[in-house]
Amino acid sequence: MNSVILKAGARYLAGLLLIFSIYMLLRGHNEPGGGFIGGLTGATGFILFAIASGTKDARLALRVEPQSIAMVGLGIALLAGLVAAIFGDDLFTGQWLFLGGNEVEKGLPISTVLVFDIGVYLVVFGSVLTLLFAMEEEI
Amino acid sequence: MDQQERTEDRSALIIGILPVLMSSVLFLWFLGFVPQIAEGLVIRSEFGWVPSLGISFSFVLDGLSLTFALLISGIGSLVFLYSNTYLSRHAHFSRFVMFLFAFMLSMLGLVLADNLILLFIFWELTTITSYLLIGFGHETANGRRSALQALFVTGAGALAMLAGFILLGLTIGSFELSEILDQSDKIQSSGAYELILLLILAGTFTKSAQFPFHFWLPNAMAAPTPVSSFLHSATMVKAGVYLMARLHPGFAGTELWLWTLTIFGAVTAVLASILAIRQTDLKLALAYTTLMALGTLTLFLGQESGYAMTAFATFLIVHSLYKASLFLVVGCIDHTTGTRDADVLGGLGRYMPITTVAAALAAMSMAGFPPFLGFIGKELKYAGALGVASEPVLVAGAVLAANALMFTVAGIVAFRPFWQNRKASLPRSPREAPWQMVIGPLILAVLGTAFGLYPDVLERSLVAPTVASLLGSIEDTKKLTLWAGVNLPLILSLLTVITGLLLYWQHQFLRAQLSDILAQLPSFDRGWDHFLGALKLVAFWQTRLIQPGLLHHYLFATFATVWAGLTLAILYGGIDFRFPNMAKISLQGAAVILLVVGGAAVTTVTTSRITAMAALGVVGIGVAMIFIVFSAPDVAITQLLVETLVVVLVAVALLRLPRLDVERSRSRIYDAALAVGVGTLVSFIVLAVVSQPFDRRVTDYFETVSWPEAFGRNIVNVILVDFRALDTFGEVVVVAVAALSAYALLRVTAQSKQKR
Repeated sequence: MNSVILKAGARYLAGLLLIFSIYMLLRGHNEPGGGFIGGLTGATGFILFAIASGTKDARLALRVEPQSIAMVGLGIALLAGLVAAIFGDDLFTGQWLFLGGNEVEKGLPISTVLVFDIGVYLVVFGSVLTLLFAMEEEI
Repeated sequence: MDQQERTEDRSALIIGILPVLMSSVLFLWFLGFVPQIAEGLVIRSEFGWVPSLGISFSFVLDGLSLTFALLISGIGSLVFLYSNTYLSRHAHFSRFVMFLFAFMLSMLGLVLADNLILLFIFWELTTITSYLLIGFGHETANGRRSALQALFVTGAGALAMLAGFILLGLTIGSFELSEILDQSDKIQSSGAYELILLLILAGTFTKSAQFPFHFWLPNAMAAPTPVSSFLHSATMVKAGVYLMARLHPGFAGTELWLWTLTIFGAVTAVLASILAIRQTDLKLALAYTTLMALGTLTLFLGQESGYAMTAFATFLIVHSLYKASLFLVVGCIDHTTGTRDADVLGGLGRYMPITTVAAALAAMSMAGFPPFLGFIGKELKYAGALGVASEPVLVAGAVLAANALMFTVAGIVAFRPFWQNRKASLPRSPREAPWQMVIGPLILAVLGTAFGLYPDVLERSLVAPTVASLLGSIEDTKKLTLWAGVNLPLILSLLTVITGLLLYWQHQFLRAQLSDILAQLPSFDRGWDHFLGALKLVAFWQTRLIQPGLLHHYLFATFATVWAGLTLAILYGGIDFRFPNMAKISLQGAAVILLVVGGAAVTTVTTSRITAMAALGVVGIGVAMIFIVFSAPDVAITQLLVETLVVVLVAVALLRLPRLDVERSRSRIYDAALAVGVGTLVSFIVLAVVSQPFDRRVTDYFETVSWPEAFGRNIVNVILVDFRALDTFGEVVVVAVAALSAYALLRVTAQSKQKR
């Protein structure tokens, strides 16, 4: 495809979609969203970019092989699940830490659950891109 | 010698010496238990594993397992020492050592395990490691075939055995052998006794190569000689014998046990001895005599008398000592002269004096001359055979025939190559083998002699405790003596020697005759090939049938199966549904339904792929809207995103796909019929589901605990990442694996296209 408008537009749209995907990921615990949806949204952004500028440029922009992203995500998700073992809990039990909490405010929640969701995000993002890049390049 | 080679040599030395040390330490450790066990102590230790299923790491050390453990670790150390020289130049020496050591540990686990499931696991470990060892020379087609044959035969038997174990465990209510075997009344009176026994015997008979499963053992001689000496004389093939002995207290005493073991044991013993004479390859001749020994051991396990059990325990030890020794001697001959053909070899006595001594001692024990342990073993065998409960004359006759033929084989293997004049020239000029290789057979052969001179030692330390584990008390052990006076066993012994000598004198004539006869009989080994060939044909036919490679067929078959299964379930279980009240459908709902139905209709009738895709997209978006209407935003978002991605994917694929084929109108009728069938059925099921009052228990639970326990308000996400995180992890693994597989497939096709 050779459309300047699409190319120029896709650049910004892809960036916006990526930011939006991270927003979806982070708010997922309380509002609609989460790792699955975030990963799919992010992948959509990159696919838009790939359609407009070709997979070669998309791969360059990604810097890392998408299958590596998926594997790293898998590792992060597994590690997040293993953390529970350190505290003597069952596998994949969420561990929570509230930064700066007091009697009234709970504080900023940091949890292995979020780390796990980030892993899921990366797996979905990487897998979808692996598949689509390979399809586009093969055809 | 350059640097690299030297370091390789040094590492080979370390790799070779470690297992020798480790197995010697094990041997000495087990030896330390002898005084305790001889006093009748039974040592048991247990660690939990899967307590809910009755599976535990439980081990038991009594007379029987100690005897086996000593044979395994003792012969094991000598075999490791031997292999260090025999195979040190082999490119995969360290691999070999690892396989062999793994095998030894599995074998030790097998004889020490007290839990049936644990025993089975070790049993299969020996199957797998022996597969690797037999197939060590996997460059040759014969090596691969033999390894696979051993794996299939023993593996199939083991599966039957597992079924028998599970039945046994369920019948008794425990998987611990020590608990099961105390309840022989309960076992033998239960209705499943016959089935359990036959299933377990299928496992032991295949493992111990009893007729008609005997054919794999001679083929297993494709393995390097140390392996044959270790696995196929002293240990692995004895695993089946071990298990029968282990189960003896609980299972013996019935007609079925008695006759099955007696008949199969006797047939195997006689058949194997006859086949042994035919062989000119020394190793194969020994392999067949191993079969004979296994048959004899099985035969004695069928009985219950003290004589039979003493004969079993003694012959078990005698046979391991002389057979391992002779195998190693044959390895020495093969190693130094380059051949092990009985017709070629001769006159080695002058060049290989120590090997000759070892061979002579072992062979005299095998032939049953006094004062060797083999003689005592043979006397006991006759005494045991004459006292059997089934058919003393027949059994004694079978034992006599087998012993006489074994005498002959002992002559062929250990007398001819060393003493008779050589007729042909050897590939290499003979010389004495290195000490590491000679010492093993020598120690084993000397032990056979020493125990013959001092049978009391063996009786008190190992034979009596073994008999005690079989019969419950030491009292039943018969005395091991060289001279028991002139009695029937002694006369039979004399008869054995005379027959054996006659047969040896005529063995070449006999061999020629036998070859002619056997060539005309159907062979189990060839039958195996036919069986495998037929199996492959069936597999090929079946694969062609259910995997034609057309996506259309797969989908059709899948949906047809779903339809048939659901229909059957409904026909048997009935279905209770109500038509919904149409008036209650909202305007939004009606619009969505129209959208979905319209999209589906267009998809089926269009001839353009683009249209079909767009129409299918409409269906997807309609479904997403249903989720929105029922306020499930997460699911709706996911559905929409997936729809988007599917459109991109299909659009990319579309460039390659041909136009929709409208000509296949006949197949489209079937498709339509199936689609309508599945659609109707699923609609009915959904109606039936929504007719039931909605069970809110799960929803309520998550709604109450989501915030206090998991600090999240979005229940869907909390379930995904916290309550059901393990499931989610499984799902993302599937996603990643699917993407990688698709990537690999696409890459392969892309590359093959480039090559063209």
